[in-house]
This record gives sequence, structure tokens and C-alpha cells, in this order.
Amino acid sequence: MANTVNAHAADAGGETRRDFLLHSTVAVGAVGTAMMAWPLLDSMNPAADTLSLSTTEFRIDGIESGQGITVVWRGKPVFVRHRTAAEIEAAQSVDMSDLPDPQDDASRVTKPEFLILVGICTHLGCIPLGMKQTEPRGDFGGWFCPCHGSHYDTSGRIRRGPAPENLAVPPYEFVSDTTVRVG
Amino acid sequence: MSTEKSIWRKAYEWHEERLPIISFIDHVVGTKYPAPKNLNYWWNFGSLAFVMLAILIVTGIFLAMNYTPHADMAFDSAERIMRDVNYGWVLRYMHSNGASFFFIVVYIHIFRGMYYGSYKAPREVLWWMGLIIMFLMMATAFMGYVLPWGQMSFWGATVITNLFSAIPFVGDNVVAFLWGGFSVDNPTLNRFYSLHYLLPFVIVGVVVLHIWALHIPGSNNPLGIEAAPADKVPFHPYYTSKDTFGIGVLLLVYFAVVFWAPNSMGHPDNYTPANPLVTPPHIVPEWYFLPFYAILRAIPDKLLGVAFFAGSILILFVLPWLDTSRVRSATFRPVFKLFFWVFAAVVVLLGYCGSQPAEGLPLVLSRIGTALYFLHFIVFLPVLGWLETPKPLPTSISEPVMKPAK
Repeated sequence: MANTVNAHAADAGGETRRDFLLHSTVAVGAVGTAMMAWPLLDSMNPAADTLSLSTTEFRIDGIESGQGITVVWRGKPVFVRHRTAAEIEAAQSVDMSDLPDPQDDASRVTKPEFLILVGICTHLGCIPLGMKQTEPRGDFGGWFCPCHGSHYDTSGRIRRGPAPENLAVPPYEFVSDTTVRVG
Repeated sequence: MSTEKSIWRKAYEWHEERLPIISFIDHVVGTKYPAPKNLNYWWNFGSLAFVMLAILIVTGIFLAMNYTPHADMAFDSAERIMRDVNYGWVLRYMHSNGASFFFIVVYIHIFRGMYYGSYKAPREVLWWMGLIIMFLMMATAFMGYVLPWGQMSFWGATVITNLFSAIPFVGDNVVAFLWGGFSVDNPTLNRFYSLHYLLPFVIVGVVVLHIWALHIPGSNNPLGIEAAPADKVPFHPYYTSKDTFGIGVLLLVYFAVVFWAPNSMGHPDNYTPANPLVTPPHIVPEWYFLPFYAILRAIPDKLLGVAFFAGSILILFVLPWLDTSRVRSATFRPVFKLFFWVFAAVVVLLGYCGSQPAEGLPLVLSRIGTALYFLHFIVFLPVLGWLETPKPLPTSISEPVMKPAK
């Protein structure tokens, strides 16, 4: 075999037609394999029916001041808290330099009374406590994550603990005065 | 008549000419594999790990015949296995406790390798294959724990998959890719089941490579010196019988737990069906992850915490180069021996801290433990190799025992 190759050896570089065929075959095979890998991997991404479950509507007229409800959006809890005047005041009066993830309270709400947040701790995805009267709300009156001890304030902003970011504000709109659509 | 070959001998030779698998096995774990004659009982744990892997695969195959990988039915199908399926309870308890015993055996096997310097040249690739097996075991055990779809299953899966959200820029996309959705849900359970069935066979494949790499230099031994041919005995029957005794002891302890304390290493919250809207007040992983979990929680920054968590395992891959001493066995390294036991104690301490809420004293201890864990590899081991004066090595395995007593 080696002799056959040598007999066909080309001039300067030592490259033969056989080498060219070999390398191009390997290259085409590698690209083909990579193209086959994509459908396999992409099949693991969220499917069309999962993506289509993207909006949730709920009413807010039954929520008393100081109380809140949890609704489910995309399989995740969404916290809806009807804030008291004191809670709004506390959220608005915070010095930005005290915040690990500085955000103005006004930029986190549409109507100041209704704080709407994705109820998932930005550390490792636990659900913070604080939606029920009996649950601990942490040192800043908002929410407390029991898993690794993150404290959120009355605007859902991270104040202390390992979580890197504020509780996320989902995309939502007031369909009417009493109805909200999330998503 | 006696010179005539028996029918069995003829059949054996006929088969060997076509597929020499019996002689192959004889070379791997039989009469043709010479092993050092001074191996102690710590050398049992490789065989013991293989036994646990076999038990897990066999019980798992039969559990799969009665398990339903669907978010609405998984919990009930696991309970049906416990209550209605004939001997389902013993299969499940053997499987769940089998995972714990697999880790016990493998962790002892790894500490054995660290004590006797089995990772040093020329056994670095053998050590790597073992670490890859440990990594695959962790992935398999984690995904298996999700399958019963209890509260700890669900929230353990949520916390661990969220580790990947710490990756800059693409973290959230990676997590959605892992979940197949916007939270841990049915698609997640399905893929975990698929991979939980696949990975054990991948482990078997890497075990083959591990044993192959073992047979190039042969087994290390408690003295850590090269074993001369005269100091070796055939693996069969010497170590097959010694290992069989060890298997008997292992099975006694294992089945004592399976029959009398089957839930001692589990968590009661996992007998509550998964609820995506309620996080249990105190999430703990299975005990074999606790030291690493403590390292994760010891760091007050998310990305750095995940980096140290991953680093605590990845650093083992470079251990052969971090340990600068050419003497393998701790028997001849008095200072290293001390540091080894401190390190072992640190790992146990981290395990305790991982089981406690991350606050107060356990948090302080887990930070000290994390520091010592990494210092051991990055500072103590490299420096010890230079400063420590090892005891004189014997010239052969026979020498210390053949020398007349003083």
C-alpha cells in the first residue's frame, strides 16, 4: 500500500490526490455528523407546546392591602402583592448605594400598589417565603429564601444573601383595572 | 485414556480458536494476572465497587419495568412498586441504598488511592478514568434521585440545574435547555429517566478502560514500590478469594441497612409528592454530595460558589502533578500521613456542614473547611514534596518481612 502511495506522490509538498480525497472525505463526514448532532440537541430545548403556554390572566380586585396571591405562569410561581402605603414608602426611600442590584422601585411596578414578580430566587431557583402572613419575610419586609438565606425587600430587590439579582419582573399588562395578563 | 483430551477441553479449545474470551478474562482477573502479594483489605474496594454497580444495574432494570416516567404518575408508580409489585419494596430499597453503598465503597477506594499514592506515575490515566467514573456516578445518582418525583427530587433537581444559570451570558438558555421548559417539569423527568438508564452502561465502559489502564503498570501496593515478579501472586485464586470474603462482609452490612434501616440515608420530604409552588424549608442533597454542597454554600457569591463547587472535583484531575513527592505510599511519608488524615477529617466536617442550614457555626466551619480542602491540594501537597524527608524505602516487598528481627 505504501508503495502505491509513493508511486503517486506529487511533486513538492508530498500531497497526493489520495490525501486530498482522504481529507475531504473526513471533512464532509465531520460536517455531516455535526449537522446530525444539532437536531438531537435542539430536541432537548423547550418544545412548541411548552412555549405556547406563555400567558396567564388573573384578577386582582380580591387582594386586600397587605396581602398577596401566587399565580402560576409557565409552571413558575408569580407573586402578586398588594402593597401597603408603608411598604411602598419603604421601597421608594431606599438609597441606591445600599442595593447589590440597584433598581428604582418605580421601574419595577406599573401601579405602585401592585408588585408583580416571578417568585423564584435568583440564586438557585427556590421559592422565597413571605406570601403568607405566617411566613418569615426576612430582614427587609419582603421575602426570605429558606434555601440559602437571601433577603428581598418590599420591591423584591435583593438586599442580603447569595442571590445575585433582584426577583425578576415578568412582562405583564393591566387588561382592565381588575385583570392582569402575564406573559 | 488419561492422555486423551476431555470433551470439555476440546470444546474449550474449539471456542478459544474462534473467540478467545475465556483466556482473556483469565488474563484480566484470573490466573494470568500477577498482583503484588502484599495487598491489604483496602484493595478489596475496587471489586466491591464492581459488585455494587452490578446490583444497581440488575435492580434498576427490573424497577424500570414498573416505573412510569411522567410528572403526573411517577410518584404513584414508585409507591405502587413499594406496595403492590411483588418484592418491589426490596428492589427499590436495594437500588436506593445500593447507590449509597456504591458511593461508600468508591469513596473508600479513592481515599485508598490517595493514601497509597496510587495516582502517581505511571498511573495518572488510571486515576483519571476513576475520576470520570465518579463524575458519571454523581450525574447518574442525581438524576435517579429525581425519578420518584417527591419534594426533594423536585427541589434538588431545581437547585442543581440552576447551578448552570451562573454561567455568564448564556446561563439561562443553558438551564432552559436542560429543563426542556421554563421550570423542572415533565420534559425534565423524561430526559433524566433516559439518561439515568444510559449512564450506568457508560460507567461500565469506563470501568473497562479503568481496568485496562490498571493492567499496563499492574496494581500498586501498600509499600508503593515496584513489585518484582517474585513478589507477585496470581489474582486467581489469591485475590478472588480475598475479594469474595470482602464481598460477604459488604453484603452483610448492605442488607442489614436494606432490611432494617432502608430510609436512614433518605429524606422524609421525598415521600411528599413534588409541588412546584412550595419549597421545603431545608433542602439537602443525598449524603454523598454533602461535602461538595457545603463548598457551594460556603462562598457568598453565586458564580464563585459554583466555580469552587466544580473546582473541588476538577482539582483531583491534576492531583498527580500537585503532589511533588516521588514516594507513593504514606507509610514512608510521616508528615503527609498527618495531612492526609486532616484532609479526610475536613471532608467529613464539610459533609456535616452541608447537612446543616447555611448559617451560624456550620457556615463558619464550612468556610474553614473549604479553605483547608483547597489548601491541601494547592499548597500542602506541592510544598510537602520538597520539605518532607521520607523514610527509607525497602528494596523489595519481601525485604522487610524476610529480614531477621532486631
